[in-house]
Amino acid sequence: MLRTVVTRLAGAAVMAVLATLVIFLIANTVPGDPVLAQLGDIAASNPATVAEWRAKWGLDLPLWEQYLIFLRGLAHGDLGTSIASQRPVLEDIAQYAPATVELASIAFVLALGIGIPLGIAAAVWRDSWVDAAARVVSLIGVSSPTFWLAFIMLAIFYGGLQIAPGPGRLDPIAFPPDEVTGLFLVDTLLAGDWEGFHDAAAHLVLPSIVLAAATIGLITRTTRAAMLEAMGQDYVRVSRAKGMREHYTILRHVLPNALIPVVTLGGLAYANLLAGAVMTETVFSWPGLGRYTFRSAAALDFPAIMGITLVVSVTYLLVNLAVDLSYALLDPRVRR
Amino acid sequence: MSAPVLEVEDLRTVFLTDAGAVRAVDGVSFSIGAGETLGIVGESGSGKSVTALSLMRLLEEPARIAGGSMRFQGRDLLAMRPDELRSLRGDRMAMVFQDPMTGLNPVIRILRQLTEPMVGHGRFAAPEAKRRAIGLLGRMGITAPERSVSRFPHEFSGGMRQRVMLAMGFANDPALLIADEPTTALDVTIQAQILDLLRRLNAEFGTAILLISHDLGVIGSVCRRVAVMYAGEVVEEAATEAVLADPRHPYAWALVNAVPRIDQPLGADRRLVSIEGAPPDALNLPQGCRFAPRCPFKVERCEREHPPLAEVAPGRLARCWVTQAGAVLPKAGGAGFGGVRAPLPPAAEPLLSVRGLVKHFPLPRESLFAPRRVVHAVNGIDLDLARGETLGVVGESGCGKSTVARLVTRIHAPTEGSILFDGQEIAQASPAAIRPLRRRMQMVFQDPYASLNPRMTIGDTLAEPLVAHGLARRGAEARERVGALLDMVGLNPAWVSRFPHEFSGGQRQRISIARALALEPEMIVADEPISALDVNIQAQILNLMLDLQQRMGLTYLFIAHDLAVVRHLCDRVAVLYLGRVMESAPAEALFARPLHPYTGVLISAVPEPGRQRVLLQGEPPSTLAPPQGCPFRGRCPIAQPVCETMPPLVEAEAGRWVACHFPGGFSHAGLVA
Repeated sequence: MLRTVVTRLAGAAVMAVLATLVIFLIANTVPGDPVLAQLGDIAASNPATVAEWRAKWGLDLPLWEQYLIFLRGLAHGDLGTSIASQRPVLEDIAQYAPATVELASIAFVLALGIGIPLGIAAAVWRDSWVDAAARVVSLIGVSSPTFWLAFIMLAIFYGGLQIAPGPGRLDPIAFPPDEVTGLFLVDTLLAGDWEGFHDAAAHLVLPSIVLAAATIGLITRTTRAAMLEAMGQDYVRVSRAKGMREHYTILRHVLPNALIPVVTLGGLAYANLLAGAVMTETVFSWPGLGRYTFRSAAALDFPAIMGITLVVSVTYLLVNLAVDLSYALLDPRVRR
Repeated sequence: MSAPVLEVEDLRTVFLTDAGAVRAVDGVSFSIGAGETLGIVGESGSGKSVTALSLMRLLEEPARIAGGSMRFQGRDLLAMRPDELRSLRGDRMAMVFQDPMTGLNPVIRILRQLTEPMVGHGRFAAPEAKRRAIGLLGRMGITAPERSVSRFPHEFSGGMRQRVMLAMGFANDPALLIADEPTTALDVTIQAQILDLLRRLNAEFGTAILLISHDLGVIGSVCRRVAVMYAGEVVEEAATEAVLADPRHPYAWALVNAVPRIDQPLGADRRLVSIEGAPPDALNLPQGCRFAPRCPFKVERCEREHPPLAEVAPGRLARCWVTQAGAVLPKAGGAGFGGVRAPLPPAAEPLLSVRGLVKHFPLPRESLFAPRRVVHAVNGIDLDLARGETLGVVGESGCGKSTVARLVTRIHAPTEGSILFDGQEIAQASPAAIRPLRRRMQMVFQDPYASLNPRMTIGDTLAEPLVAHGLARRGAEARERVGALLDMVGLNPAWVSRFPHEFSGGQRQRISIARALALEPEMIVADEPISALDVNIQAQILNLMLDLQQRMGLTYLFIAHDLAVVRHLCDRVAVLYLGRVMESAPAEALFARPLHPYTGVLISAVPEPGRQRVLLQGEPPSTLAPPQGCPFRGRCPIAQPVCETMPPLVEAEAGRWVACHFPGGFSHAGLVA
């Protein structure tokens, strides 16, 4: 097991570096010039300013040399300096990542916590009103565009009913908690600040529902299909023939088998939630990686883009590894 | 007779479909006394499995019990509440299903699957249940049960899993065990072990057994009485021996005579009794006897009036006007007695000659630096197949028989060895060089459902090889040839535009044979062509293969695991074990007096009532690490230290080749004629 983990981690590191190479090449072939984006029309019309600026950021060097510089920095744990914010990229990411991790994790828990039970219920009471309700919920989740859902939710629960707080991670007049992890839920608890915790939790409700909506739908459908398949297996009939209670048969015989495909989807979904919160973060003014990504891409901020790519690909690779390892827990046939 | 454990009276189970209520079980009555054994036999669709599921009240939608009564130990099963039924199931009344590969939950340890009914029914506390589970596994013949219980199902072979399933059935010492085709998915040697186990469990625990099978031989080796089912009804019920010796219903008669018997003398005419037609449409049953449309003995009354199940002799019931009137069905069918098989014309050159054939399949590496493991499928095989001859290749699963079929037709390339087809070396020939030979050798596969493209009409399926090899032009010419082919295999030429799903299993296998015949081959390699079919259909296909061989002078390489069929159909037989030929001889001689001990035990394992048998213990060793020396020595009843060296395949007697240090050293009472 340990050897599998080590081998896989080494493979993941190589994959992550390869991913940066691909992004480096793509970013440098898109038409668009950071000079224009950063210096503005007037400064960009002065060749001397432009040349000086290019030399400062190393953009005058050949592409392979630029990439080597990036790699050298990477080896020392340095992702370079963001052109836009003029700060180390690593610092930028460390500042924005916790907000996204918090949002995505809550959305993930919601997606599993709603999707799996709903899928189980839909399969067990197939073709009943429960199944129909689950189908409607998942259809709405999968087919509503995020920005639309986000605005509708805000309009109803914040604007109309006024039972949910507005955008942002905290009340505008509240002070953020002392930073330990950057996750407000954790930090407020550590500081013993119940009011702050409540505020942070309330601000998470709408964005996490919006972010989780599509994933809830997917998890529900996958769980239902996997449950139905497992319920048709012979060992389920055998369990009934042994006189086992129906809920025991469902929970102990069917569910562990049905969870195997759900785990695959769950892993990918978590990675997607982490990397795909751009729209939700924008509507809810959430100071997370999604918005940082959007800004960096618009500014053609190469060092920032490379840094984000690396973080995202490492996330995907780690989640994938976790999924593979959890197979071994769920399915003895893949254990060695 | 002791008080019955189970009394079934006029049971009716229907499937509520859109087209109407399908009467799957239609008025079935029987009873089983305490400690008794009853078999139910019938072809697929006869309603035997639905009967079993009805008894357990485990029917799934859209099946419903529409009438009748079922009393278990005097209690009405139909009046019970779900929780009462649940407390009966797996406790007093247990069931073992057909497929041991899918019947165990892959993610749960054997121990918990065994103990959950013991603990769930409140009969044993957990630690006691564990001891009992280990004890039961030991009784079922599982070695090292203390360690085995903590394994997962995938670590067990099929035979082992069926033992676990049986242990599960006996978890709470039931009064009745229902076993639905418990050995159908297993090899003949393992089947013999399981049947022996069932017999002993019946004797030792006094558990009544209801055994369901399509194979009368299987039923005969466990059950004293048998009920024969046809189209949802019991058509005959009597002592098993009586039915086998003297069936009183024409369907039972056809069932008995459709199967070649391993002890029966071989006749010159190798045709088997087969009844044409198919079981009636359960939505639209005939008004008279349900078997009348196919019955060779019917009288005018049969079409008019539905016969009751009535006594035809003391203790014998049959649902037949003819035998109730006192008529006796003829003794045997076409598998005639006396006479000898026409000797083969001596062939100068064998059509197919295989020497030193080896095939190893390397498995993917498990990790970067792990050594590659290799499946040793075929480990040096010599075969000769004369023109016009039928060579049977037999052995347990994993012996390499299917790989041999794929090697001689060059679907796979051999690792080593030579294959001469009509004098031409093809072992390492390029695909381009093989292509013209494909016309001359064709294959028929086991599964008639998987081997036909479901999106092509059978006309297109049959025309494809003709056009590809330039034997016919697309259009009228191809259509004409396809029509002739269908006619040749006994199908209506007007069916060319039908799709495979519109045909039954037997008809599909006829189509597969027609496809093989399309190119007018000299040799047909048939890999288990009848093992997925009902016995009556098996007889039809075997008769068809015999007819075609006579008419077209075909040469067959016939791969099978059913020894009686091989004995019946084949001129020569090669017995494979772990990728090697153990014995090769003319069929009649080989079965009359096997020289290799493996051949002996294999023949002895064939279920046939009243035969003494030598049980072969254990299972074949892994093909990943074949043993040194004689591969069979680990299970051989007469193994000696010298067997640590591999005995060569030598001609021990004229025309008889055997790879054993002690040829003929093992004889068995039931086999010597």
